[in-house]
Amino acid sequence: MSAEFQLKILNTLADDRLQSAVYTATGRLKDRRIENVAADVLPDYQELRSQANAIKKHAIENLDHYLEEFERSVEAHGGKVVWCKDGEEVSDFILGLAKERGSRLIVKSKSMTTEEIDLNERLEHHGLEAVETDLGEYILQLSHEKPYHIVAPALHKTRYDVAEIFTERLKVPEELVIEKQTMIARGVLREKFLAADIGISGANFLVADSGAVVLIENEGNARLTTSAPKIHIAVAGIEKVIPRAQDLATFLKLLARSATGQLLSVYTSFLSGPKRPGEVDGPDEFYVVLIDNGRTRLLPDRGKRQSLYCIRCGACLNTCPVYRKIGGHSFPWVYSGPIGAIITPQFMGVQHEPGLPFASSLCGACGEVCPVKIDIPKVLLELRSDVKKAETRDGQNRLERLGFRAFAWLMTKPRLFEFVGRMAGAMAPATDGRWIRNLPAPMSIGPVSAWLSQRDLPPPPSKSFRELWRRR
Amino acid sequence: MSRENILHRIRTGLGRSAGEPVAPPPPVRLRIPEVEIESRIATMRMRIEALAGKTERTSDPRAVVAAAIEGKTAVAANSPYLAALGITALAGVRSGIVDREELRNLCATVDVGITSADYALADTGTLVMIASPQEQRLISLLPPAHIAIVPRDRILTGLDELFTLVPLPAEGSSSLVLITGPSRTADIEQILVRGVHGPGVITVVIHG
Repeated sequence: MSAEFQLKILNTLADDRLQSAVYTATGRLKDRRIENVAADVLPDYQELRSQANAIKKHAIENLDHYLEEFERSVEAHGGKVVWCKDGEEVSDFILGLAKERGSRLIVKSKSMTTEEIDLNERLEHHGLEAVETDLGEYILQLSHEKPYHIVAPALHKTRYDVAEIFTERLKVPEELVIEKQTMIARGVLREKFLAADIGISGANFLVADSGAVVLIENEGNARLTTSAPKIHIAVAGIEKVIPRAQDLATFLKLLARSATGQLLSVYTSFLSGPKRPGEVDGPDEFYVVLIDNGRTRLLPDRGKRQSLYCIRCGACLNTCPVYRKIGGHSFPWVYSGPIGAIITPQFMGVQHEPGLPFASSLCGACGEVCPVKIDIPKVLLELRSDVKKAETRDGQNRLERLGFRAFAWLMTKPRLFEFVGRMAGAMAPATDGRWIRNLPAPMSIGPVSAWLSQRDLPPPPSKSFRELWRRR
Repeated sequence: MSRENILHRIRTGLGRSAGEPVAPPPPVRLRIPEVEIESRIATMRMRIEALAGKTERTSDPRAVVAAAIEGKTAVAANSPYLAALGITALAGVRSGIVDREELRNLCATVDVGITSADYALADTGTLVMIASPQEQRLISLLPPAHIAIVPRDRILTGLDELFTLVPLPAEGSSSLVLITGPSRTADIEQILVRGVHGPGVITVVIHG
C-alpha cells in the first residue's frame, strides 16, 4: 500500500463530519435500493440480473461485431463515430472540431469517462470553456475536485461548503438554503445552455441496432446538453455497447433501482443522430467518440473481463463497508469503491496502486448487489494474485515469502509448533485482555509491522487449543 | 488509424477474426402483463402523484389546460392532436413555430410548455415523448412547467409493452425520451429539490 493511499485513508477516518456525511448518504441510497428490488416489488429481479449479465457477456465476447454494427447504424442516421485510443486523441478531435466551427463554449453533462481522461482540463488548457451542468459536478468543478461517488459526485459536500464555493467563485451573497443554492446554479447554467456551441455527454448505453446513445439522469441537464447546442458529442467507453434497443427493457428496470432506488430516473433519453428532416430542434451534428483508454487490456482474461459489464450504478459503493469508511477520494483514481478496486488496476496496471485489491474485507456484499452480476470478490482475489506475482517477479517480497516458507515448515513439526506458540504467548506484551496494537521492536519488522499498521492482534489465550483438547 | 488498432486489439484479446459470425444474442425478455385500462390509469396516477406530479382525467382537455394556464404564457407543440383539441388556439398559447432559434428563445421565456405524449407507462408513471416535426424537444424541457396530454388508449403497462410496440425507436425519430416526474436533484446533502434544470411542475392530462 502506497504512503499516499494510506495517508488519504487516515485523513478520512479522522474527519468526523465526513465520516457521518458519507455513512448517512450511502446508507440512504442503500436502503432505497433494498426497498425497490424487494421480492414483493420486483418479483423477477433475479431473472433480470441474469438476463442483464447474459446480454453484457454476449456483447463483450463479440465486442468488435457490435461496435461495427453500432457505427453503421450511427452513420445510417447521419451521425459519425470517432475511435480514440486515449484522452489525448479525444481532446484532439474535440479541439479540431471546435476550431473548425469557431466554437468556444461547451456544456457538459455528467460522464465518468470524461473524468477518466481529464477532458475539461485538456479543453480549458486550449482556451475553451467547458462547463459541467450536473449540479454536483458543477459544484466540484468550481472547487476543483474529482467526483466522490460514481452516482452522487458531491456526496461529501454540505450546504456550508456549497455556500462558501458559490460566494467565492460566483461572487454571490452567502446563501445557506439548499433550494436557493440550487436555483443559483440553475440561473448560471441556463445562460450557458442557451449560449453553448457544443454539448458533450457521456453514454449509459450504446445501442448497436439503432446507433443510439442512451442517457439517464434526474436533472434535465443531459437533455439540455444534447438538445440545445447545434453539436452533440457523446464520449463513451467501447464496453457500453448492447445489441438491441429491446434490451433496454431489462437494463432500465435495474439501473435506477440499483443506483438511487427510483423505479426509473426522471429522464431517459434515446438519441440516434442529428435532428431528422422537419424536426425543429435537436443538434445538426452528432458524434460518438468511442474510447479504449485501457479497456482492451481486460479482454484476454476470461475471468476478469466481466469487469467491463459494469453499468456504473454505484450500488457496490453504497453497500461496501470499506467505501463507507474510507470514502471516494481515498481511492487512487476516479472510480472508487469495489468497482474502482477492480477496474483501476486493470486499466492502469496493478503497479498503479498495489494496495488497492487488498483494501477489501471480501465480505461479498458488492457481488450480491451488482445488477449485472459481476463477481467482484472473485476478481479482487485474482488481482491480489496478480499483485503478488508481480512482486515475486520483481523480487520485492523476499522477506514475506521467507516468512511464509518458515511458517509452512513449522506447521509440519507439531512439537516445535507448540513450543513456538508458547514462547510467542510468553513474549507478547501484557495488555489485560485487550487487543495488541504493536509488538516489541525485535518482533515488529518489515511485513509484520506493515501488517500490524492496519490491524490489531488478539491477546494470546492462556491455554492453547492443543492443551484444551488434551484435557477434554 | 485508431479504429483499426482498437478493433485489432479487441479481436486479438477475444481470439476472434474480422467478420467472424456471431452466435445469436440471448432472446429478448419482454413480458406484458394483462392489466385492464382502469387499473392501468389508477396505477399511473398513483405513480405520478407519488413523484409530486399532478394528474387530471377529462373528456375535455381544452378546458383543463385553459384553467391551468389562465393568466400565463405558454408554448404548445405543433401537434395536429393539440390543434384538434383547440389547445393551440387558447389565449396566451403560441404554437406552430418552425424556426429553431425562435422556439428556443420562446421556450426559455414562457411559463408553461404544452405537449402531447406518444405513450404513457402505467407501472412507473412515465411519459414517452418521441421527437418529430410535430413534437419539439425543448417544449417539455425549458419552461418551468410542463403539461402533457395523453389519450387514454395510449397508456401502456410498462417498458416491456413499449419496446414491443416500438422495437426500433431510431427508425422514425432522432430522440425518444422517457419522463418520470418533475426534474429533480438531491446533489446537496441529499435534500430533494425539484425543477433544477427541467420543469419543476408536471401535469399529465389523461384524455378519455
